Amino acid sequence: MNSSLLRRLGLSLAAPALAAAFALLVSSLVLTLSGSSWLDTYSEMISTASKLESMVDILNRATPLFIAGVAVAIGFKMNLFNIGVEGQYILASFMAAWVGSQFNLWGPIHVALILFVAVTVGGLWAGLAGLLKVTRGVNEVISTIMLNFIATGGIIAALLPRAIDDPTDANQGTPLIAESGWMPDLNGLLEIFTREILKGRQLGGMFVIAILLGIGYYVVVNRTRFGFDLRASGMNPFAARAGGVPPKKMVLIAMTASGAMAGLIGMTEILSVNHSYDQGFVKGLGFAGIAVALLGRNSAPGMAVAALLFAFLDTSSAPLQVTGTASPEIVVIMQATILLAAVIAYEVVNRVKQSDEVRRAALATESVAPTDAMSGPDAMSGPDAMSGPDAMSGPDAMSGPDAMSGEVTA
Amino acid sequence: MTDTLHGTSKLPVPTTSVAEHWKALPNWARWALMAAAGVLILTIVQSFSGTDLLTTPNASSGMLRWAMPILLAGLGGLFSERVGVINIGLEGMMILGTWCGAIGAFEFGPWGGLICGLIGGALGGLLHAIATVQFGVDHIISGVAINILAPGLARFLSDRFFPQRGGSISQSPRVDGLGTFTVPGLSQLFEKIDGWGIFFLSDMAGLLEGLVTDIRYFTLFGLLLVPASAWLLFRTRLGLRLRICGENPKAGESLGVNIYLHKYLGVVVSGAFAGLAGAFIVIELTGLYRGGQTNGRGFIALAALIFGNWRASGVMVGAMLFGYPFAISLNDFDETGSGVATRALLLVVAIGLAGYAIFAYRKDAAKPGVAAQATGVVGDSATSDKSFMKSPTDSYVSGVAKLGGPNVMLATVLASITFLWYLLTDRAADWVPNTMPYALVLVVLVFASQSLKAPAAAGQAYRRGEA
Repeated sequence: MNSSLLRRLGLSLAAPALAAAFALLVSSLVLTLSGSSWLDTYSEMISTASKLESMVDILNRATPLFIAGVAVAIGFKMNLFNIGVEGQYILASFMAAWVGSQFNLWGPIHVALILFVAVTVGGLWAGLAGLLKVTRGVNEVISTIMLNFIATGGIIAALLPRAIDDPTDANQGTPLIAESGWMPDLNGLLEIFTREILKGRQLGGMFVIAILLGIGYYVVVNRTRFGFDLRASGMNPFAARAGGVPPKKMVLIAMTASGAMAGLIGMTEILSVNHSYDQGFVKGLGFAGIAVALLGRNSAPGMAVAALLFAFLDTSSAPLQVTGTASPEIVVIMQATILLAAVIAYEVVNRVKQSDEVRRAALATESVAPTDAMSGPDAMSGPDAMSGPDAMSGPDAMSGPDAMSGEVTA
Repeated sequence: MTDTLHGTSKLPVPTTSVAEHWKALPNWARWALMAAAGVLILTIVQSFSGTDLLTTPNASSGMLRWAMPILLAGLGGLFSERVGVINIGLEGMMILGTWCGAIGAFEFGPWGGLICGLIGGALGGLLHAIATVQFGVDHIISGVAINILAPGLARFLSDRFFPQRGGSISQSPRVDGLGTFTVPGLSQLFEKIDGWGIFFLSDMAGLLEGLVTDIRYFTLFGLLLVPASAWLLFRTRLGLRLRICGENPKAGESLGVNIYLHKYLGVVVSGAFAGLAGAFIVIELTGLYRGGQTNGRGFIALAALIFGNWRASGVMVGAMLFGYPFAISLNDFDETGSGVATRALLLVVAIGLAGYAIFAYRKDAAKPGVAAQATGVVGDSATSDKSFMKSPTDSYVSGVAKLGGPNVMLATVLASITFLWYLLTDRAADWVPNTMPYALVLVVLVFASQSLKAPAAAGQAYRRGEA
């Protein structure tokens, strides 16, 4: 029993380790083929990241990535694929920046108003996809992709010209938010810990909110009735329904919650960096969030690590370009390779675990009932195989369908 | 199988003679009549909307040009989903196709570009196949990963290959197209008829002129791939084997079909088609590779696939329908920014929605049980909510609801909104044509997602020997 526990633990750790090793191998190969030294590139990346300024950059970058991961993971928890996080956060950021620029309030209220608008717009836009799913049976993957384009190419393109105050201004965006609507930075706090003065860098206040969100996500998903309903609907919607969980309501709530979280992704930019929405607003965080959620297997600590990893890679791209060590695009290739390798590795490990489980069940029952050893215990171990090792991280998008098919075939 | 189904359902339902004639017509004749009806609507709308751009040769040739990448990638999606693998990565494979197409066209000429683009896309497809078929990774996850990988890889390779060839990290050097040809007699004939200025006849000739004048060889090649794909998938033994992977892989396995092999084949072909679409963009549309030039066309292709109900001809109709507003807007918006013709398109959409509302109403009326049930449900909610349903909008909505089922109501509301939009504006904004395809797909899904038939096993993981 003990050795099998060790084996299971080893398997859980094997997936990320394998993925990381494979990604390093591929990136080294690509670097060598393109005529750069892989050793120089990696040492350059690590030496940059070990500076305090770069660490602040990494934290600032990891903040929206982590929030995006949480937004995607809420959907994943019940097998909803919210590809629309991208459109939801861009639309929410635009609306929040626009509304925020129209007021001049007392600091905390102003910031709270901007956050409220962002959360509401993101939630409503995602809720629309949920509504289409429960009322008309429209698949959320397709509808959210379409809503992405309608949000950025339609709504923002239509409204942005109206939001621009001065058409001759070089920066074509919403007016600058008054200083009361800026979120205070955390430099004071950071300097107490590090005893070092930050030069020209601010650790954005959204960092704290991201941490609180992560804790909240962990508690709600793992320690509340709602979280249980959510996971149950994701694992087996039929059983959840039989247990009194209304599936349509859960879809609506999960989509809306996912979109509401998505609304917060752009807030680092709006509240701490640019204080306005313009054409050059940061894009692609929604898709990066999908990667973060997948890498982190929808668990709060896992996603935090994944967000830090992606942020580290993102921030090390600029120095690579400056020093000319390697093409900065190598980091995108690394990110995508890690992602692909990780999802494949998780899947392989999952299969090994499942066959382990089947074998163990067969061994255990062989001594008890020699006849018909496969069918009976197999049906028992099907769902058990899923809940046992995955109890910590909960179900995820990849093991979900597998669990279903396992039951069907068993 | 479908024939017997139609036969049994036709017997008890009394139909009018028009509907019977309609059903008796062969498929191509029905499509031709519908296209003619569409042109008639366009002609009528443009006669009082102050534009003549809707039926020019430019409109149809532009439609063909803009539809081609959507069509090719859509056919790619068709092959993938018919073998049961959802392909969100079409966009990424298309990007690989643009890059490989550009380098191929620069090094070996346009045909080389076509083939390189095809290979580049196929490699993307192979990656997707390895992840989804071999390792059972969720199809959408793998697709998203490919969409993240492809633009980064393309930029990385551009940085490596294009600067010394006269390009830059974001742009390739210029490449040549495959050339064009004109159908000799027809082009002049249509041009002449177009010149007469007769209502409808000349408009029709104008559109046809655009379809036979200066056709690109690549376009012709792409159009020929539509019947070829349909024939391969629905008329050959290989096609049957491919399709069983998407409908019931376990049954296929028990009949001795090598499911993995056929799934691999379908997904790689899918990537090859997406790569062709990318090569078309580079070689024929822009004449060079540029970062981000696919501009979400892979997703529109996915939309065309759904719109076309997972059939090759349907994908083509969807691609043309989505290409048309782009083509119009290209001539419609210039430095002065007009948008009059695009506004006229709003009326066309409104007419289409109203037409659908009538169709849905008649369909509900033909099945009294359904209509009663539908109105009953809507009526119930209307009566229970009566205490606060007093505003004019609400009475309008409940009034419409009494006419038919929820489909009829929704279509009528949407048609009214589009019509009001048309009435209240002088010209459409430039974002309207860019958004129209996506909105159209949502509308189609809202009305038809129950009647559309995706391959039964699309998106499901399959493992050998589990049956």
